[in-house]
Amino acid sequence: MFRTIEMYLKVPFVQYALIVGVLIALCSSLLGVTLVLKRFSFIGDGLSHVAFGAMAVAGVLQPLLKDVVKELAKGPTILNEGIHGAITGVVTFLSANSMPFVLLATTLSAILLLRGGKRTRIKGDAAIAMISVGALALGYMLLSLFSASTNLSGDVCSTLFGSTSILTLTQAEVWLCVSLSAVVAVIFFLFYNKIFAVTFDEDFARASGTGVDAYNLLIAVVIAVIIVLAMNLVGSLLISALIIFPAMSAMRVFRSFRGVTVCSAVFSVTCALLGILVSIVFSTPVGSTIVAVDIVGFLIFSVIGRIRGGIAK
Amino acid sequence: MAQLTCSGLTLGYEGQAVLRELSFTVHAGDYLCIVGENGSGKSTLMKTVLGLMKPLSGQIEWGEGLHANEIGYLPQQTVVQKDFPATVREIVLSGCQGRAGKRPFYSREEKRLARENMERMGVTQFARRCYRNLSGGQQQRVLLARALCATQKLLLLDEPVSGLDPMVTAEMYDLIARLHQEGVTVIMISHDIAAAVRYATHILHVGQHVFFGTAEAYRQTEMARRFLPGPDAAGKTQEEEKKHRKKKDKKKGKKKEKKRAEGKGTAGKGGEDE
Repeated sequence: MFRTIEMYLKVPFVQYALIVGVLIALCSSLLGVTLVLKRFSFIGDGLSHVAFGAMAVAGVLQPLLKDVVKELAKGPTILNEGIHGAITGVVTFLSANSMPFVLLATTLSAILLLRGGKRTRIKGDAAIAMISVGALALGYMLLSLFSASTNLSGDVCSTLFGSTSILTLTQAEVWLCVSLSAVVAVIFFLFYNKIFAVTFDEDFARASGTGVDAYNLLIAVVIAVIIVLAMNLVGSLLISALIIFPAMSAMRVFRSFRGVTVCSAVFSVTCALLGILVSIVFSTPVGSTIVAVDIVGFLIFSVIGRIRGGIAK
Repeated sequence: MAQLTCSGLTLGYEGQAVLRELSFTVHAGDYLCIVGENGSGKSTLMKTVLGLMKPLSGQIEWGEGLHANEIGYLPQQTVVQKDFPATVREIVLSGCQGRAGKRPFYSREEKRLARENMERMGVTQFARRCYRNLSGGQQQRVLLARALCATQKLLLLDEPVSGLDPMVTAEMYDLIARLHQEGVTVIMISHDIAAAVRYATHILHVGQHVFFGTAEAYRQTEMARRFLPGPDAAGKTQEEEKKHRKKKDKKKGKKKEKKRAEGKGTAGKGGEDE
């Protein structure tokens, strides 16, 4: 078996998959702690559905944009050449990449949800449920109406549960993912103390002059970025697993915020690595394998927590 | 110039006034107790003073070199905090947040301040312990240490003794009195009028009748007589106080029911003082 793994590790696309997988797992676990503690676990879930809907919309728009590109290719008509070139460039890029659109839609929803969730709890819950189900339904409807693909259910399934697309990443996608994750990690590191203060006691932080709203906004944007990134890896349904499992497992065992954060990052990365390797060797779906490993990890940590808790008390 | 001057404050949610035309001042070294029934707007008042919400009209002015973000705030416990994985040290240190401003990490000076305040509140031995495993009184002391990291001058305490047993309650009051003696201005929201009259220098009673003045003057008012068994409230034994509090709780319960029956639930979140 180790032979097989060794052989696979030499293949570039497996290397890409491992790099991207580890980075996404790291980012999602970092913010996961905050989300779980703020009682926002479901926001990850809701947002991932929004991302699915946005992907569907982007899928519909892309053929249209491609037509526009064709039109533009005929040459400048009214506009001067510079502007024409710029527009052609942007439209061509958008017609080939759904990422910017999905990112924008998800970020906006994240801001809306985190704003709404602050006022009243129940309303916030209902809002998340509505947006999440609505986006899912509309997304599927759009896909079935406009999709050019012959294998619709296959497409939907892979968007929801994660496809093998992590194994077909291009170098450009890997770089995009690496840079976005680096940004997320740096932001988290720099704002670690602020994030702690805002998570533990928003009112106190506000009273002592911390710009709570700005940090909540920052958290919302970062979460949206992570979710869009993670969609490539585990699919939109399983993203919440990447966010919640590491944090919950770490909270079984550790008692300090720093301990929980570090442990959940290590937990998440380990599980992602194991999951990807297992899925390659046994050719199981990547997303669900990672989640399965997460579940096992959670159980192990629960037991450890029980034993340690028993001794400590 | 007073540390805090509120003039003509009208407070409320979404245009509905809870408190009207409230004026009071707090000078350095005062110990002000804000008392009043449930839903009378005590918490709303505190949130407004903290700058968490805007007054419908009126003004809040800070003086004597005190800035709006130099207040040490002791909030009521939230659900989130009940099972929050954080050590005592981490929490106390987060009180330096306002001081640190935009700086991402805490300086050595701030860490020293946190240590000192833990020492001051007697929670140093719990520094590495998890906050959620502490008792109610210990948790309050940790939060008090955090509040002290944010200020040297003014503490705002939102029902610091709610949910504590009589022994710990007395300890908490003594602790606050000690801080007051050390020169910290204290503003406290409380249900416990007997204790308020005993410890505070000034009383602000909000509700249908508004009173603001010294504790001595308050004792002579009609309002205070209703809540206090005799004119000499300070001489009461703990036993009597407990009984008294029970009676008051009962009264409160009835009032709440009545309000609900009238379909006039307290306005918004801030009304829930419990």
